[in-house]
Amino acid sequence: MNKTVKHPPNGLLSPPEIDVVSNKDPRDRGGPAQPLFIVKNLVKNFPVRGGILNRTTAQVQAVSNVSFQVLKGETLGVVGESGCGKSTLARLLMHLLDRTSGELIFDGDSVGVHGGMPMRKFREAAQMVFQDSYSSLNPRLPVEDSVSYGPKVHGMAGKAARELARDILKKVGLRPEIFGPRYPHELSGGQKQRVNIARALALSPRLVILDEAVSALDKSVEAQVLNLLRFLKRHYNLTYVFISHDLNVVQYISDRVLVMYLGEVVELGPVDEIYNRPRHPYTRALLRSRLSMDPDDRMDDAPIAGDPPNPINPPSGCRFRTRCPYAEPICASTPPAISQWTGPESHTVACHMYNPVDGHSLSGNPPAHDAMPDTDIQSRPTRVHA
Amino acid sequence: MPKDQVVTPSTSHDKTVPIVDVQGMSVKFVSREATVYAVNGVDFHLMPGEVLCVIGESGSGKSVSMRALMRLLPDKAHIAGKVNVSGRDVLSMTKSELTAMRGRDVSMIFQEPMTALDPVYTIGDQICETILRHEAIGQDVAMKRALDLLEFVRVPSAARRLKSYPFELSGGLRQRAMIAMALSCSPKLLLADEPTTALDATVQIQVLILLRKLQKEMGMGMIFVTHDLSVAAQVADKVAVMYAGQIVEMGDVRDVLRNPQHPYTQGMLASTVHGQDRSKDIPAIPGSPPDMRLRVAGCKFAPRCPHVSASCQAAEPPQVMLGADRYARCILPDPTRDPHLLPQKVSA
Repeated sequence: MNKTVKHPPNGLLSPPEIDVVSNKDPRDRGGPAQPLFIVKNLVKNFPVRGGILNRTTAQVQAVSNVSFQVLKGETLGVVGESGCGKSTLARLLMHLLDRTSGELIFDGDSVGVHGGMPMRKFREAAQMVFQDSYSSLNPRLPVEDSVSYGPKVHGMAGKAARELARDILKKVGLRPEIFGPRYPHELSGGQKQRVNIARALALSPRLVILDEAVSALDKSVEAQVLNLLRFLKRHYNLTYVFISHDLNVVQYISDRVLVMYLGEVVELGPVDEIYNRPRHPYTRALLRSRLSMDPDDRMDDAPIAGDPPNPINPPSGCRFRTRCPYAEPICASTPPAISQWTGPESHTVACHMYNPVDGHSLSGNPPAHDAMPDTDIQSRPTRVHA
Repeated sequence: MPKDQVVTPSTSHDKTVPIVDVQGMSVKFVSREATVYAVNGVDFHLMPGEVLCVIGESGSGKSVSMRALMRLLPDKAHIAGKVNVSGRDVLSMTKSELTAMRGRDVSMIFQEPMTALDPVYTIGDQICETILRHEAIGQDVAMKRALDLLEFVRVPSAARRLKSYPFELSGGLRQRAMIAMALSCSPKLLLADEPTTALDATVQIQVLILLRKLQKEMGMGMIFVTHDLSVAAQVADKVAVMYAGQIVEMGDVRDVLRNPQHPYTQGMLASTVHGQDRSKDIPAIPGSPPDMRLRVAGCKFAPRCPHVSASCQAAEPPQVMLGADRYARCILPDPTRDPHLLPQKVSA
C-alpha cells in the first residue's frame, strides 16, 4: 500500500507529495542515480589590489579546482578550518558569487549558462541558511512576511503565500499566531534560526545549503535545531550540504564528508570511513584535535603544529606539506591528484602516499590511520606560515 | 632559553589562602529601559595554582562575573557582595589601586585577539607597555623581556613577530601574543574568557595545552570561562556550571562531568553532540534560557526541567552540599534521600 506523507496546502509552490515506498519525488528529472548537484573544477580567485594605481597584485585562490557530487537525499558535510574556502564554496554553489571557472550541474542541467537551467528556476530549487541568524533577516519585516516573501516573488498570491508561511512556521516549531507578527529582534537566536530555515523551505527547495547554520547557537539550542533539520529533511525529501567547522556535528548529521584545506578538496568519503579510517594526514590531524569529554584523557601534545598558511601565497605542490609530518620533495614539486571517484561508497584522497606511482617513499604503503607521526615542528625542514 | 627566568613562579604567597574569594556576588545593569539581573548571588573561591572552569551558555553571567573580579564593567553595572582577590577587597579599591592591580596581580585574555589588541602598535610595543607600566625598567630591557615572553609562549621566529602588527599574524599567533602580554608581569591569577572559541580545532588544542603548561610552570591560579564542556574536561581542576546568573553546580571536574547532579548539567551533557547514534534525535533541553530582565521566584531552570515539581516554583532551591567543595542548587539531589530516587545519571 502506498503511504504518503501529508503536506500543507496545494499552492503553486507547496512541498511535494512524496511517495514513501518508492521515494519518488515528482520534481525528479534524472532519476535516483543522477546526482542532484555536480560540481566540476570549480575555481574562485579573489584579486588582491594594492599600490598607487590599485592594480591587481596577487590572487587569493579561495576555491581551487574543486569537484564533487551531491547525491539525491544525502547530507554532504563539508569540514575545514577557517580560511579553507568553505563559505566561498557555499556562495559559489548558490551563485551569490560569480565563479572564475568551473561548471555546476543541477539534476542534469547546467546552471548559469546560456541554454541551461534558468537562474530563477535554480533559486527555487536551491536555498541557503546562513550562520548569523540576525543579520540574514530583514529587521523591518515581521517573521511571517519574511517567510512569505520568496513565494510571492515567485508568483504566489499573497493570501496563499501567507498561509504557506504559517504552515511552515508550524513545521519548524514556531506557533504562527504568536511568532508570525513578531520582528526578528523580538526572537532568541534559536528562534531566528528557525525562521531562517522556514524561509529557506518556503520555496520547497530540493537542495538546502547550511553554512555554519548551528555554529552561533548555544549547545542546548544547537541540539534542538539539529533535530529539527533531521525531521525536515525526511519530511520534505531534502538534500543538504552542511558546512561546519564542528567535527562532532558533521559526524552526527552527514552521510558523506568532504574535507577542505586551503581551497582544495583533500578527502571525500562516507562519514564512517572518514571518521574511522581517515587517510589524508590533514584529516587525521583534524580528527585527533577533537577534545575528549573525559577529564582523564587529556592531550599532552597537539596533533599538528602551526596555523594554516596564508591563502594569498599557498605552498607549492601539496598545500598541506608545510604542516605534514610525511612531507618529502615530491610534495613540494607536484600537487597530488585526487583519486578517482567511483560511486557513493568511494573514499577518495589527494595525497602522494596513496598513489603507488607518485614517487613518495611511502607511496602505495601509507602509514596506518592510528600511527602517531612525529609532530615536533622544530625538527622539520619546512616552516609553517613563513 | 631558560624558561623559568622569563616569568617568576608565584611562590611568594601562602598556598592555603584562597587567591579569589567571592561571596554572594550580584551584578545588575541599570538603564532607563530596564534592569538586567546578570549575576544573582554567586559564591566561589580559588586556591593558588588551581584551575576553575566556569561553564555556561550565552547570557548565563559567566563573562560578567569575570569582569566584575577586575571591575572592568561599565558604570551602569552595580556590583554587590564580597569580592576578594589576593586578599584585597576589589569593590572598595580606588581607580589607581585598580590600575596597579590589573596586569600585575590579575591578567585577562579575551576571546577575540583581533579586537583586544591595538591595531596601530606592534606586538612588541604592546607587551612592553604592560611591563613598563608596572616595573621601573628601560625600554630596551622591556623589549628584551617581550622577546623572551614570545619565545616562552612558543611563537616561532619570535624576533620577527615582535615587530609585526596584529593584522600580520594568524589567529593562533595573535592569541599567543595576548597570552604573552597577560603573563608579562607574572600575575597570580589569570582570567581567560573563552580564549580558544574563535580558533580552529587544530589551533585550539595547541593553545589549550600551552595555557595548561604555563599555568603549571608558573603556579598561578586560572579561571577559564567556556561554553564547551570538552574544553573544561581538558583544562579544569574544578568546574562551576552557571545558569541564569547563578552557579547551579560546582565540584571537581571528574565528579561533575561523570556524575552530574543538577538537571541542567545533565541536560547539557546529554545534548552535547559527541559521537551520538546517528539514527536517533539528540536529547535536547527544551525551551530557551530565561529573560534576565525579569526576576522570577523559584528555580530559574524549572520551566525547562524534566523533574520539575510544585516546590521548585515556590522558592529558590538552596545550595545542597554534596561533599567538600561540591554542591548543586537543586532540591533533587538531597543526600538524605534514597540515592535510587535521584534523577537518572546521563552518560556523557
